[in-house]
Amino acid sequence: MDIQVLGTGCANCQATLALIDEVAQAKGVAITLGKVEDLKQIIGYGVMSTPGVVIDGKVVHAGGVPSRDKVMRWLAS
Amino acid sequence: MTALTASLATLPKRQPLAFLILAAALWLGLYQLLLPLSEAAVAALPIARDSHLGGALQFFIYDTPKVLMLLTGVVFVMGMVNSYFTPERTRALLAGRSEGVANVMAASLGIVTPFCSCSAVPLFIGFVQAGVPLGVTFSFLISAPMVNEVALTLLFGLFGWQVALLYLGLGLSVAIVAGWTIGRLKMEAHLEDWVRDMPKTSANFEAGEVTLADRLDGGFAAVRQIVGKVWPYILAGIAIGAGIHGYVPQDFMASFMGKDAWWSVPLAVLMGVPMYTNAAGIIPIVQALLAKGAALGTVLAFMMSVIALSLPEMIILRKVLKLRLIATFVGVVASGILIVGFVFNAVL
Repeated sequence: MDIQVLGTGCANCQATLALIDEVAQAKGVAITLGKVEDLKQIIGYGVMSTPGVVIDGKVVHAGGVPSRDKVMRWLAS
Repeated sequence: MTALTASLATLPKRQPLAFLILAAALWLGLYQLLLPLSEAAVAALPIARDSHLGGALQFFIYDTPKVLMLLTGVVFVMGMVNSYFTPERTRALLAGRSEGVANVMAASLGIVTPFCSCSAVPLFIGFVQAGVPLGVTFSFLISAPMVNEVALTLLFGLFGWQVALLYLGLGLSVAIVAGWTIGRLKMEAHLEDWVRDMPKTSANFEAGEVTLADRLDGGFAAVRQIVGKVWPYILAGIAIGAGIHGYVPQDFMASFMGKDAWWSVPLAVLMGVPMYTNAAGIIPIVQALLAKGAALGTVLAFMMSVIALSLPEMIILRKVLKLRLIATFVGVVASGILIVGFVFNAVL
């Protein structure tokens, strides 16, 4: 599972990264986690609110830090 | 966790509507009790109620939970409303509409659509790509950070509904007129070239499956993030207010920020430009200024200027707007706020 967090580096984006990392470790799910900070790339995904989350190329979340429940659901599939 | 607490914790998920009704009833009940409770608390302490300290303490003990409760309630409800008015839906509502009406809609939608300064650029581009007129996008960008629920709630909780309503009305007016004016100036050429070269996208969108329980989640998340971040500012603000309430003599500020000092409004707007705090951070200052004689128009102008004309946001927007457009934006909005300040001081 490849997870990319889209954001220009504000506190919410960092928090999202940290949350996904932590939940993945707690559940023992193997993921590649990356950041996309380049504006043109972020806009390329059609995301209008950061932080955004892209899993295996598909946008699953945009705007605000996702809830822990949501992250667990993503990692469960 | 006992069985009871476990089942209570999942109530929002299992029975969202029941939870909402229960929570609202509890909130209302608690809110009514605040004033009598605070008086009882001060009476129990070995301090004269009508002393400076007594007055300040009562103010603090009453206002702190009151404002925190108001804020939690409003942020929660807005968190739920935000799950409905996503940027995608707002964009779909605005794309291709004629200006004028669209400016009013954009400014109003700015209140209910979630917005964070760091999203300003993706949002701006997303709007432009889908054919939302430049002026309309600006109306949204002015209203979204400025007329937000935290500012309105704090103004309501600390200064009354008239002040909050005024801020709402004036903020919307500035957003509508400034955005419309910028639209009239036809400055599309001053967008950065790469922005104009971006491919057009469709504004249509499919609303995903969002249940009431999901919206409740949105409300909780909003409270965690917003109230969790601003409560120190609120405590500081109320403490300052309490201190002033009890100790500083009346009309202390009137001499340099009162109505008669005509230069106070331009000065206030100017001071606001390089400053930036979130809506909650400015409240301690507003509290201090208002309580001791500063004119309401001047103070509101200052508050709007600090929030709407934020240097960090300008720096971020520089990536998509050429300097002349940014300067125009600052100029038009500052003028609007100036007028608001003057008119308000004159009328009241």
